[in-house]
Amino acid sequence: MNYLVLLGILIVIVGFALKLDAILIIFIAAIVTALVGGIGVDGFLTTLGSSFVSNRSMAIFIIILLVVGTLERNGLKDAAAALIGKAKNATPGVIIALYGVMRLVFAAFNVSFGGVAGFVRPIIMPMCTGAIEASGREINDDYVEELKGMASGMENVAWFFGQVLFVGTSGALLVQSTMKPLGYDVDLLQMALIEIPVAVIAVGVAAAYYIVKDRRLRAKYYGNAPAQSATAKEA
Amino acid sequence: MQFFTDPSITYGTKLMEVFYIVMGLISVYAGVRNFRDDKKDVISRYGTCLFWVLLGVEMAFGRWIPNVANGVIIVVMVLPAIFQKVKKNSDPGPTKAESEANYQAIGMKIFIPALSIGVFAIIGALIKDLGALTGCSIGVIVGVVILYFYNRSNKPIVFLNDSERLLSAMGALCMLPMLLASLGAIFTKAGVGDVIADLVGRVIPQGNVTIGIIVFALGMMLFTMIMGNAFAAITVMTVGIGAPFVLAYGANPALIGILALTCGYCGTLLTPMAANFNIVPVAMLEMKDRFGVIKNQILPALVMIVVQIIYMLIAK
Repeated sequence: MNYLVLLGILIVIVGFALKLDAILIIFIAAIVTALVGGIGVDGFLTTLGSSFVSNRSMAIFIIILLVVGTLERNGLKDAAAALIGKAKNATPGVIIALYGVMRLVFAAFNVSFGGVAGFVRPIIMPMCTGAIEASGREINDDYVEELKGMASGMENVAWFFGQVLFVGTSGALLVQSTMKPLGYDVDLLQMALIEIPVAVIAVGVAAAYYIVKDRRLRAKYYGNAPAQSATAKEA
Repeated sequence: MQFFTDPSITYGTKLMEVFYIVMGLISVYAGVRNFRDDKKDVISRYGTCLFWVLLGVEMAFGRWIPNVANGVIIVVMVLPAIFQKVKKNSDPGPTKAESEANYQAIGMKIFIPALSIGVFAIIGALIKDLGALTGCSIGVIVGVVILYFYNRSNKPIVFLNDSERLLSAMGALCMLPMLLASLGAIFTKAGVGDVIADLVGRVIPQGNVTIGIIVFALGMMLFTMIMGNAFAAITVMTVGIGAPFVLAYGANPALIGILALTCGYCGTLLTPMAANFNIVPVAMLEMKDRFGVIKNQILPALVMIVVQIIYMLIAK
């Protein structure tokens, strides 16, 4: 057993943990592994070249970008904001949960609205604080801090588990290319189908958790008066 | 030319090769436009241009270039990236007023071209000779055509400049998954998997798929937490644990492979190492607690790792 070949893995783990440049880490790990593993410079270049070219499918995002930027230019984000804006009279927890569901559905089609910077901050958070004010309450900073955390959490959960439902997603393509040299052929559509229950449970669990947590927080910061909030909302 | 006239190659594969050439041209265009973008220092202008042009050459013509030469081109391509000389350009993108005005004109119909990519990917996946990625690329073209009919000011140069702006904004890191896949191939060739299998086999019994699955799933989560990147973790873990301890005993590779990745995502939800997802939003939303996002993800992440381990054990 040539234990030295594990050096490459050590380099990857330590390099990423130390936050060194990711591409540099990969290259050093690849070169070290090739040299101690007896592949040599020639073999390194050949393996690098052949695997890169056979993994060009993972660059599918380049052609997808051809339409993404122009979609934004033509009002995709505005349309998404109008869509979630239909959730009138909802509590902050419900707004965040609905955003998660919408994010999941669109992520499955590889459609994104800009994440925390592009959507949560300019659209979801104002909706949440608007909902607090609409119920006749004052903005409590500690409560809003929790809402920010929940909205970002929903964003991450829905995007991570939603994007694997897209048939050409880079994660599934990486799994496919990692499996190929090991002798396993895996199908993209099959992987997307396998993930459907996982994605539904993930967003369901997070949405339910945030709705319950939001209800508790409102009770904590504004007192236990659900009836009052209902009448205030109708007014 | 031989490739395109060979009857044994499916038309889907041939069409995909055409789309690779299109992607290559987009990338070369990114290089040229960044070279003209004069707001950067001179070295970055050359570095950014070199990176995108060589990527374009690989995308478009890699199939016809000898593998050793491809390897050399890739090494040269990543040099500007390693020296941080691949920069984004100064295109500010559409103004809020422009996208709002277009939304007033187009409305909710904008979702049709947006969803066409995913719909055509599924159609492509269902047609055996076409394939998911060729379908996906066709969906992009369909989306482009629909957008042109919605708004005649969406000329080809608009699409080209918008895609270039986003590609440049992603920068060299967009190559991370591809480079990781290449690293995985080198690991496999060097026999890394056999060595890990030998070591881990002394601790956990070989042949027990249940234990193998649990170790693989938890390992993906922990490795992702340490590295901050599930893509890096899956390359290492599949070669070392997944293949020798789970797949070698006949478990479904598609199921184990993709669920291992999403087990890694549970780790991403739990680690400050994944700064883009967990720390940058704290700053963007002006939160006080640095761990304010992660704290709200602990419960979903832990539930999901358990759910996925059970799923793997039942459906393997």
